[in-house]
Amino acid sequence: MSDQRAPAARRWLAHPVMSALLAAGWLMLQQSVDAGNLIAAALLALVIPRMVAGFIGDGFRLRAAGPALRLTAIVLWDIVQSNITVAKLVLSPTRTPQPAWVPVPLDITHPNGIALFASIITMTPGTVSCVIDEARREILVHALDCSDPEAAARDMKARYEAPLREIFG
Amino acid sequence: MTELNPWIDGLVALLLLIGAFFLLVGALGMLRFRDFFQRLHAPTKASTLGVGGVLLASMLYSAATGRLAIHELLITLFIFITAPVSANLLAKAALHLKLPSKAGHPKRD
Repeated sequence: MSDQRAPAARRWLAHPVMSALLAAGWLMLQQSVDAGNLIAAALLALVIPRMVAGFIGDGFRLRAAGPALRLTAIVLWDIVQSNITVAKLVLSPTRTPQPAWVPVPLDITHPNGIALFASIITMTPGTVSCVIDEARREILVHALDCSDPEAAARDMKARYEAPLREIFG
Repeated sequence: MTELNPWIDGLVALLLLIGAFFLLVGALGMLRFRDFFQRLHAPTKASTLGVGGVLLASMLYSAATGRLAIHELLITLFIFITAPVSANLLAKAALHLKLPSKAGHPKRD
Protein backbone atom coordinates (compact mmCIF):
# COMPACT_ATOMS: atom_id res chain seq x y z
CA MET A 1 0.00 0.00 0.00
CA SER A 2 2.55 2.56 1.05
CA ASP A 3 5.35 1.33 -1.23
CA GLN A 4 4.75 3.75 -4.12
CA ARG A 5 3.92 6.71 -1.91
CA ALA A 6 6.64 6.11 0.59
CA PRO A 7 8.00 9.69 0.66
CA ALA A 8 4.97 11.17 2.43
CA ALA A 9 4.48 8.10 4.62
CA ARG A 10 8.06 8.05 5.91
CA ARG A 11 8.26 11.66 7.03
CA TRP A 12 6.90 12.87 10.33
CA LEU A 13 4.62 15.89 10.09
CA ALA A 14 4.19 15.55 6.34
CA HIS A 15 0.62 16.89 6.74
CA PRO A 16 0.91 19.94 9.00
CA VAL A 17 -2.68 21.15 8.48
CA MET A 18 -4.09 17.73 9.31
CA SER A 19 -1.85 17.44 12.38
CA ALA A 20 -2.93 20.86 13.64
CA LEU A 21 -6.62 19.99 13.09
CA LEU A 22 -6.27 16.66 14.92
CA ALA A 23 -4.53 18.24 17.92
CA ALA A 24 -7.02 21.12 18.08
CA GLY A 25 -9.94 18.71 17.65
CA TRP A 26 -8.74 16.53 20.54
CA LEU A 27 -8.27 19.51 22.87
CA MET A 28 -11.71 20.88 21.91
CA LEU A 29 -13.36 17.51 22.60
CA GLN A 30 -11.67 17.32 26.00
CA GLN A 31 -12.25 21.04 26.71
CA SER A 32 -8.95 21.17 28.58
CA VAL A 33 -5.27 21.89 27.99
CA ASP A 34 -3.72 20.00 30.92
CA ALA A 35 -0.47 18.09 30.47
CA GLY A 36 -2.07 14.69 29.81
CA ASN A 37 -4.32 16.03 27.08
CA LEU A 38 -1.49 17.99 25.48
CA ILE A 39 0.60 14.82 25.28
CA ALA A 40 -2.34 12.87 23.85
CA ALA A 41 -2.99 15.63 21.29
CA ALA A 42 0.66 15.66 20.21
CA LEU A 43 0.68 11.86 19.84
CA LEU A 44 -2.48 11.90 17.72
CA ALA A 45 -1.09 14.72 15.56
CA LEU A 46 2.10 12.74 14.95
CA VAL A 47 0.78 9.21 14.53
CA ILE A 48 -2.55 9.48 12.64
CA PRO A 49 -1.27 11.41 9.57
CA ARG A 50 1.57 8.91 9.26
CA MET A 51 -0.81 5.96 9.47
CA VAL A 52 -3.15 7.28 6.76
CA ALA A 53 -0.48 8.87 4.54
CA GLY A 54 -0.75 6.04 2.00
CA PHE A 55 -4.40 6.85 1.39
CA ILE A 56 -4.33 10.62 1.15
CA GLY A 57 -1.25 11.31 -0.95
CA ASP A 58 0.91 14.35 -0.39
CA GLY A 59 -0.23 17.06 1.96
CA PHE A 60 -0.55 20.72 1.20
CA ARG A 61 0.54 23.90 2.84
CA LEU A 62 -2.03 26.57 3.58
CA ARG A 63 -0.43 29.22 1.42
CA ALA A 64 -3.01 31.98 1.43
CA ALA A 65 -4.85 32.89 4.62
CA GLY A 66 -6.57 35.96 3.10
CA PRO A 67 -8.48 34.13 0.33
CA ALA A 68 -9.32 31.34 2.81
CA LEU A 69 -11.01 33.80 5.17
CA ARG A 70 -12.76 35.54 2.27
CA LEU A 71 -14.02 32.19 0.95
CA THR A 72 -15.33 31.25 4.42
CA ALA A 73 -17.29 34.51 4.59
CA ILE A 74 -18.70 34.04 1.06
CA VAL A 75 -19.77 30.47 1.83
CA LEU A 76 -21.46 31.39 5.14
CA TRP A 77 -23.32 34.25 3.47
CA ASP A 78 -24.42 32.04 0.55
CA ILE A 79 -25.62 29.33 2.96
CA VAL A 80 -27.89 31.85 4.72
CA GLN A 81 -29.15 33.35 1.46
CA SER A 82 -29.87 30.11 -0.33
CA ASN A 83 -31.52 28.67 2.80
CA ILE A 84 -34.03 31.50 2.58
CA THR A 85 -34.51 31.03 -1.18
CA VAL A 86 -35.14 27.30 -0.79
CA ALA A 87 -37.43 27.84 2.23
CA LYS A 88 -39.60 30.16 0.11
CA LEU A 89 -39.71 27.51 -2.60
CA VAL A 90 -40.79 24.80 -0.11
CA LEU A 91 -43.43 26.95 1.59
CA SER A 92 -44.96 28.50 -1.52
CA PRO A 93 -48.05 26.42 -2.38
CA THR A 94 -48.12 27.44 -6.03
CA ARG A 95 -44.50 27.21 -7.20
CA THR A 96 -43.11 23.91 -8.38
CA PRO A 97 -39.31 23.74 -8.54
CA GLN A 98 -37.67 23.32 -11.94
CA PRO A 99 -34.76 20.98 -11.24
CA ALA A 100 -31.86 20.77 -13.70
CA TRP A 101 -28.53 19.05 -14.15
CA VAL A 102 -25.64 21.49 -14.16
CA PRO A 103 -22.25 20.30 -15.42
CA VAL A 104 -19.53 22.43 -13.81
CA PRO A 105 -16.21 22.22 -15.70
CA LEU A 106 -13.17 22.16 -13.42
CA ASP A 107 -10.10 24.38 -13.71
CA ILE A 108 -8.73 23.53 -10.28
CA THR A 109 -6.41 20.51 -10.26
CA HIS A 110 -5.46 19.86 -6.62
CA PRO A 111 -7.51 16.86 -5.41
CA ASN A 112 -8.16 18.46 -2.00
CA GLY A 113 -9.34 21.61 -3.77
CA ILE A 114 -11.76 19.62 -5.95
CA ALA A 115 -13.10 17.81 -2.87
CA LEU A 116 -13.60 21.10 -1.04
CA PHE A 117 -15.29 22.68 -4.09
CA ALA A 118 -17.72 19.73 -4.33
CA SER A 119 -18.42 19.87 -0.57
CA ILE A 120 -19.14 23.60 -0.67
CA ILE A 121 -21.57 23.09 -3.56
CA THR A 122 -23.42 20.41 -1.57
CA MET A 123 -23.51 22.43 1.66
CA THR A 124 -25.10 25.46 0.01
CA PRO A 125 -28.80 24.61 -0.21
CA GLY A 126 -30.30 24.16 -3.66
CA THR A 127 -27.31 22.41 -5.19
CA VAL A 128 -25.86 18.92 -4.60
CA SER A 129 -22.66 17.57 -6.17
CA CYS A 130 -23.70 14.21 -7.59
CA VAL A 131 -20.76 12.97 -9.66
CA ILE A 132 -17.14 14.09 -9.54
CA ASP A 133 -15.97 13.01 -12.97
CA GLU A 134 -12.18 13.03 -13.03
CA ALA A 135 -11.95 11.82 -16.64
CA ARG A 136 -14.14 14.64 -17.98
CA ARG A 137 -12.78 17.09 -15.41
CA GLU A 138 -16.19 18.24 -14.29
CA ILE A 139 -18.60 18.03 -11.36
CA LEU A 140 -22.17 17.08 -12.21
CA VAL A 141 -24.44 19.13 -9.95
CA HIS A 142 -28.17 18.65 -9.39
CA ALA A 143 -29.82 22.04 -8.92
CA LEU A 144 -33.21 22.15 -7.21
CA ASP A 145 -34.56 25.15 -9.07
CA CYS A 146 -32.56 26.42 -11.99
CA SER A 147 -33.62 27.93 -15.29
CA ASP A 148 -30.15 28.71 -16.64
CA PRO A 149 -27.59 25.93 -15.97
CA GLU A 150 -24.73 27.77 -17.72
CA ALA A 151 -25.15 30.88 -15.57
CA ALA A 152 -25.38 28.73 -12.43
CA ALA A 153 -22.13 26.95 -13.32
CA ARG A 154 -20.36 30.27 -14.03
CA ASP A 155 -21.60 31.64 -10.71
CA MET A 156 -20.32 28.65 -8.71
CA LYS A 157 -16.94 28.80 -10.46
CA ALA A 158 -16.54 32.52 -9.81
CA ARG A 159 -17.65 32.43 -6.18
CA TYR A 160 -15.96 29.27 -4.92
CA GLU A 161 -13.50 27.88 -7.43
CA ALA A 162 -11.56 31.10 -8.05
CA PRO A 163 -10.65 31.59 -4.34
CA LEU A 164 -9.92 27.86 -4.03
CA ARG A 165 -7.43 28.11 -6.89
CA GLU A 166 -5.65 30.91 -5.04
CA ILE A 167 -5.55 28.78 -1.89
CA PHE A 168 -4.39 25.50 -3.44
CA GLY A 169 -2.41 26.94 -6.35
CA MET B 1 -30.77 27.17 35.61
CA THR B 2 -28.97 30.48 35.95
CA GLU B 3 -30.74 33.79 35.55
CA LEU B 4 -29.84 35.38 32.23
CA ASN B 5 -29.85 38.92 31.01
CA PRO B 6 -33.25 39.22 29.23
CA TRP B 7 -31.56 40.40 26.02
CA ILE B 8 -29.32 37.36 25.86
CA ASP B 9 -32.28 35.19 26.83
CA GLY B 10 -34.27 36.62 23.94
CA LEU B 11 -31.42 36.19 21.49
CA VAL B 12 -30.95 32.54 22.49
CA ALA B 13 -34.70 31.97 22.02
CA LEU B 14 -34.63 33.70 18.64
CA LEU B 15 -31.71 31.57 17.42
CA LEU B 16 -33.50 28.40 18.59
CA LEU B 17 -36.63 29.47 16.71
CA ILE B 18 -34.68 30.20 13.52
CA GLY B 19 -32.99 26.80 13.77
CA ALA B 20 -36.29 25.03 14.43
CA PHE B 21 -37.94 26.85 11.50
CA PHE B 22 -35.32 25.68 9.00
CA LEU B 23 -35.39 22.12 10.38
CA LEU B 24 -39.17 22.14 9.86
CA VAL B 25 -38.79 23.49 6.32
CA GLY B 26 -36.29 20.70 5.61
CA ALA B 27 -38.85 18.13 6.80
CA LEU B 28 -41.62 19.74 4.71
CA GLY B 29 -39.31 19.63 1.70
CA MET B 30 -39.03 15.87 2.12
CA LEU B 31 -42.84 15.64 1.88
CA ARG B 32 -43.29 18.13 -0.92
CA PHE B 33 -40.55 17.31 -3.39
CA ARG B 34 -41.46 14.77 -6.00
CA ASP B 35 -38.35 12.79 -6.89
CA PHE B 36 -35.32 11.37 -5.13
CA PHE B 37 -32.88 14.01 -6.38
CA GLN B 38 -35.06 16.87 -5.19
CA ARG B 39 -35.48 15.25 -1.78
CA LEU B 40 -31.72 14.98 -1.53
CA HIS B 41 -31.68 18.78 -1.12
CA ALA B 42 -33.74 18.75 2.09
CA PRO B 43 -31.05 17.47 4.49
CA THR B 44 -28.44 19.95 3.23
CA LYS B 45 -30.74 22.76 4.25
CA ALA B 46 -31.64 21.24 7.61
CA SER B 47 -28.01 20.54 8.43
CA THR B 48 -26.78 24.06 7.68
CA LEU B 49 -29.03 26.83 9.02
CA GLY B 50 -31.21 24.48 11.09
CA VAL B 51 -28.41 22.88 13.03
CA GLY B 52 -26.38 26.13 12.81
CA GLY B 53 -29.08 28.12 14.62
CA VAL B 54 -29.33 25.56 17.41
CA LEU B 55 -25.53 25.40 17.77
CA LEU B 56 -25.20 29.19 17.91
CA ALA B 57 -27.92 29.31 20.58
CA SER B 58 -26.08 26.64 22.56
CA MET B 59 -22.75 28.49 22.32
CA LEU B 60 -24.31 31.78 23.34
CA TYR B 61 -26.13 30.19 26.28
CA SER B 62 -22.97 28.47 27.53
CA ALA B 63 -20.92 31.64 27.13
CA ALA B 64 -23.52 33.67 29.04
CA THR B 65 -23.59 31.17 31.90
CA GLY B 66 -19.82 31.28 32.18
CA ARG B 67 -18.73 28.08 30.43
CA LEU B 68 -16.73 28.41 27.27
CA ALA B 69 -18.26 25.91 24.86
CA ILE B 70 -16.39 25.05 21.69
CA HIS B 71 -17.78 21.55 21.14
CA GLU B 72 -20.26 23.18 18.81
CA LEU B 73 -17.54 24.24 16.37
CA LEU B 74 -16.44 20.61 16.17
CA ILE B 75 -20.00 19.51 15.40
CA THR B 76 -20.06 22.03 12.55
CA LEU B 77 -16.76 20.69 11.23
CA PHE B 78 -17.95 17.06 11.38
CA ILE B 79 -21.19 17.92 9.57
CA PHE B 80 -19.26 19.78 6.89
CA ILE B 81 -16.96 16.78 6.39
CA THR B 82 -19.57 14.00 6.45
CA ALA B 83 -22.78 15.43 4.92
CA PRO B 84 -21.41 16.07 1.39
CA VAL B 85 -19.83 12.61 1.22
CA SER B 86 -23.04 10.80 2.12
CA ALA B 87 -25.09 13.01 -0.25
CA ASN B 88 -22.60 12.28 -3.05
CA LEU B 89 -22.77 8.50 -2.47
CA LEU B 90 -26.60 8.54 -2.35
CA ALA B 91 -26.69 10.52 -5.60
CA LYS B 92 -24.25 8.16 -7.31
CA ALA B 93 -26.31 5.13 -6.26
CA ALA B 94 -29.50 6.83 -7.49
CA LEU B 95 -27.93 7.66 -10.86
CA HIS B 96 -26.65 4.11 -11.20
CA LEU B 97 -30.17 2.74 -10.51
CA LYS B 98 -31.63 5.33 -12.94
CA LEU B 99 -34.25 6.51 -10.43
CA PRO B 100 -36.96 8.74 -11.95
CA SER B 101 -35.87 12.37 -12.09
CA LYS B 102 -37.90 15.40 -13.08
CA ALA B 103 -34.76 16.98 -14.48
CA GLY B 104 -34.37 14.02 -16.82
CA HIS B 105 -31.19 12.01 -16.87
CA PRO B 106 -27.82 13.64 -17.43
CA LYS B 107 -26.53 12.96 -20.91
CA ARG B 108 -23.45 10.78 -20.67
CA ASP B 109 -21.71 8.85 -23.43
